[in-house]
Amino acid sequence: MLDALQRLGATALGVAERMGRGHLFLLHVLGGFPALLPRFGMVVKQMYSVGVLSLVIIAVSGLFVGMVLGLQGYNTLVDFGATESLGVMVALSLVRELGPVVAGLLFAGRAGSALTAEIGLMKATEQLSAMEMMAVDPLHRVVAPRFLAGILSMPLLAAIFSALGVIGGYFVAVGLLGVDDGAFWSQMQAKVDLHEDVFNGVIKSVVFGFVVTWIAVFEGYDTVPTSEGVSRATTNTVVHGSLAVLGLDFVLTALMFGK
Amino acid sequence: MSQTDKPTAEPLVRIRDLVYSRGERRIFDGIDIDIQRGKLTAIMGPSGTGKTTLLRLIGGQLRPDSGTVWVDGESVPQLNYRQLYELRKRMGMLFQNGALLTDLNVFDNVAFPLREHTRLNEALIRDLVLMKLQAVGLRGARDLMPSELSGGMARRVALARAIALDPMMIMYDEPFTGQDPISMGVLVTLLRTLTDALGLTSVMVSHDVQESLSIADYVYVISEGRVVEDGTPDTLRASTSPWVQQFLQGLSDGPVPFHFPAADYAEDLLGKTVESSR
Repeated sequence: MLDALQRLGATALGVAERMGRGHLFLLHVLGGFPALLPRFGMVVKQMYSVGVLSLVIIAVSGLFVGMVLGLQGYNTLVDFGATESLGVMVALSLVRELGPVVAGLLFAGRAGSALTAEIGLMKATEQLSAMEMMAVDPLHRVVAPRFLAGILSMPLLAAIFSALGVIGGYFVAVGLLGVDDGAFWSQMQAKVDLHEDVFNGVIKSVVFGFVVTWIAVFEGYDTVPTSEGVSRATTNTVVHGSLAVLGLDFVLTALMFGK
Repeated sequence: MSQTDKPTAEPLVRIRDLVYSRGERRIFDGIDIDIQRGKLTAIMGPSGTGKTTLLRLIGGQLRPDSGTVWVDGESVPQLNYRQLYELRKRMGMLFQNGALLTDLNVFDNVAFPLREHTRLNEALIRDLVLMKLQAVGLRGARDLMPSELSGGMARRVALARAIALDPMMIMYDEPFTGQDPISMGVLVTLLRTLTDALGLTSVMVSHDVQESLSIADYVYVISEGRVVEDGTPDTLRASTSPWVQQFLQGLSDGPVPFHFPAADYAEDLLGKTVESSR
């Protein structure tokens, strides 16, 4: 009994300690952001590996999610004779929820894991240590550009996801199921609000990008420098990153749309 | 400390009463080390005695529990972030596997510290990099990626990178481990010539006895957190300490026993200890 309590306490302490380290790490990395401006090429290079290389999976997933939304939405709406609203349903679902959330989950799996593994391996092969000894702060030189690239890439990826989702929904609804072309678009145009829906979705995606990238770079930097440690850190990134996206989505939705 | 021929110049690195523990384990238990300017000092000892840790303490990557580490008149554990990074610009460190940046080629690896810390134009950087690479004999390998280099070549590139900013001191972490005889010979010669030609202060951590003794000016032998013996290679060879002799000659049994502490062999085989321990 006492043993179990002791272990619980030790675990809680460990978690709290790691959270503290994570936040100090964040502060230190953010301190490196101003120095990135004159060397923005470093960030662009990272945006390529974080963002551009994630494009394929984001685009394909977006297309298919939109197509499924079109099919399922049609089956429900057809009973009420409201199939013209299919465009609104698809667009709102994507822009408000599925775009940021599913893109966030995919981002954690594709880009987050890659970031963790890359930084973890740099640590394991002493590259980070070597930089420190060359008087180059690895948190500023290695982590900060990747972090910023993640924050900037994620909203773009979510937007691409949503846009392709709408196109996928359009193919299914108009092309396959015979929903009226004009109604699909005009209803969407009328009912989707730029501020209420689109901006809130963008805010969500920025938050998810920030949190997932933070988790990814911290797990990489904090990894136990062995092959086992790197593999565990990579798993942690995907698991914690995905959970953070889902949990934060609820909080943000409650704040934005909860009446 | 048995330093009779004490040089007049103040040592570049002065370590006093250094205590450092990792978890429960005490790695250093009050050691004193002086690294003289312009000399090649070897720090030897069995694996796992924290030789690499010592270099990290000198470089300020770790903080001692107590004791002082002075480098060029500055107390390393008390430096703030900016001062520490300024000091590190004047130090180079050669890591065991080279620790080259794997996404850059040889040229860019050597150019890395120059590009980070200076505003030299590319033409000048190119000249400097080629000079450093020439010094380690790898000018022709400038376009190779780190993955295409052999272990010895990677270390030489790392060496060129470490001297890129013309530091006052270089620390070598196990420079000879896992090298074939030829690249070992190349590295041994390089270490000595660089120390002499550039007037560098070199600190080398190693357990390769013959190579270290052949080039070092001064040697510290550490074991179990303490300096066991120090002196020039010749005084060390003449040491009467059985431990030092076992280490230098690589004898399998001696003060450091061949067997890990265990119960009596015969009793163990007969299973008596198993029963008694239950």
